[in-house]
Amino acid sequence: MPDTVPFAPPDKPDKGPPTPRDRLLPGALRLDRLTLQVAGKTLVDIEKLELEPRSVTVVMGPNGAGKSLFLRLVHGLIPPSSGWVSWGEVACGEATRSTQAMVFQKPVLLRRSVAANLDFVLRRRAGSRAERRARRDELLARVGLAGQAEQPARLLSGGEQQRLALARALATLPKVLLLDEPTASLDPASVQMIEQIVLAASAEDTKVIFVTHDVGQARRLADDVAFLHHGRLIEHRPAAIFFTSPASEAVDAYLAGRIVL
Amino acid sequence: MQDFSAAFGLAFGLIASGDADLFEIVGLSMRVSLTALLLSCLIGFPIGALLVVRKFFGRGIVIALVNSMMGFPPVVIGLLVYLALSRAGPLGWLGLLYSPAAMIIAQTLLIAPIVAALSRQVLEALQAEYDEQFRSLGVSRGSAMLALIVDGRYGLVTVALAGFGRAVAEVGAVIIVGGNIEHLTRVMTTAIALETSKGDLGMALALGIILMSIAVSVNLGASALRAIAERQAYA
Repeated sequence: MPDTVPFAPPDKPDKGPPTPRDRLLPGALRLDRLTLQVAGKTLVDIEKLELEPRSVTVVMGPNGAGKSLFLRLVHGLIPPSSGWVSWGEVACGEATRSTQAMVFQKPVLLRRSVAANLDFVLRRRAGSRAERRARRDELLARVGLAGQAEQPARLLSGGEQQRLALARALATLPKVLLLDEPTASLDPASVQMIEQIVLAASAEDTKVIFVTHDVGQARRLADDVAFLHHGRLIEHRPAAIFFTSPASEAVDAYLAGRIVL
Repeated sequence: MQDFSAAFGLAFGLIASGDADLFEIVGLSMRVSLTALLLSCLIGFPIGALLVVRKFFGRGIVIALVNSMMGFPPVVIGLLVYLALSRAGPLGWLGLLYSPAAMIIAQTLLIAPIVAALSRQVLEALQAEYDEQFRSLGVSRGSAMLALIVDGRYGLVTVALAGFGRAVAEVGAVIIVGGNIEHLTRVMTTAIALETSKGDLGMALALGIILMSIAVSVNLGASALRAIAERQAYA
């Protein structure tokens, strides 16, 4: 291990141990012999993985480890070549996807104003016009964009765009929030804001799966860490153990900042 | 050469004096082509969006078909509409032959495929960007099509202008189904053809100048819109 200062995890509300009922919650993910092959190459091959319904799971691994594909597989955006994904005993599909929201590495915003980007999602939810407007203003305030509601969304800075994408994801009131390296190449203030919003969502019992290869960020956010390498699950352990006593050479090297091949 | 400069003089004279016959022809041209454009957009935009959103079996063939319809010769379209609308034709009972309505139908058939094919190209790029996000959000096909059309608005205006340019400059279809009847179905292109063969170069040239100015301003309008779109990062 490198000589780093011992890491004190941030205070998080205690979510309590999982109960048998938890396995039925929409945030409880189970994978069985999941594989994805493209053009004869195996890109993802995970024997078994179970995630608790309310924790923040950080998915780490070097580039090309299959992190983004993993996220798309569990969200149901791409079908697996074989194997099985379920959320709280419901097979992954359109029904589970509608209870989830995904934030992509590069935010995809509509060519409209900031407010219109949120309205696009809020419009399809119940409630009066006034309620939706209040909800929109609340979301904008939450991500620090209250003053920019009427601006063209695509003229926002990278950090602001990603915050808007996050606000749009939260507008769907997701049970599961999936984030694919949302803070890669963003300014520190936006990174901090996004992490705080994600932790706040987690505190409200939203399951979070956060893909990153920033070790510091993983330490700040994770309840548990899944480490992928060459499409395989190398380790999945509680954050405290993962960071202090890595069980595999790959994780040890990765945490020490060495190149993992 | 004398003919040439005299014709120019006459042409500008007609335009400057606001010649009634001249502007009647211009007005009908605009009315026919703008109506055909409106109908073509109502048909073409949704078809373009549908071809982008739905990956059905045989989609490639449909796209190839629509693309090849872009190059359909106007006279052939005119002939087909003529056959349909002539007294013995299936739609003969409508009595539309040699009326502006017949010209609108012919021009719509001519440019709707152009609008559909070009808007598919414009929206394809947008869809590539939006697709995953829309599927993640669970956006229905209908909403996705509408969102693509709304968000592709600047590109689609360029498409519409291309369609309008084709419609207003086309002569083969309108002359067959319209018949170039004075005060009824005479439009700029058919009038130019007629006046030139009659030797009334002044009138022909006056119409030609107006037709070209319309084409130029349409293009200027298109690039102005593009500039606005780029400034808002909406292109």
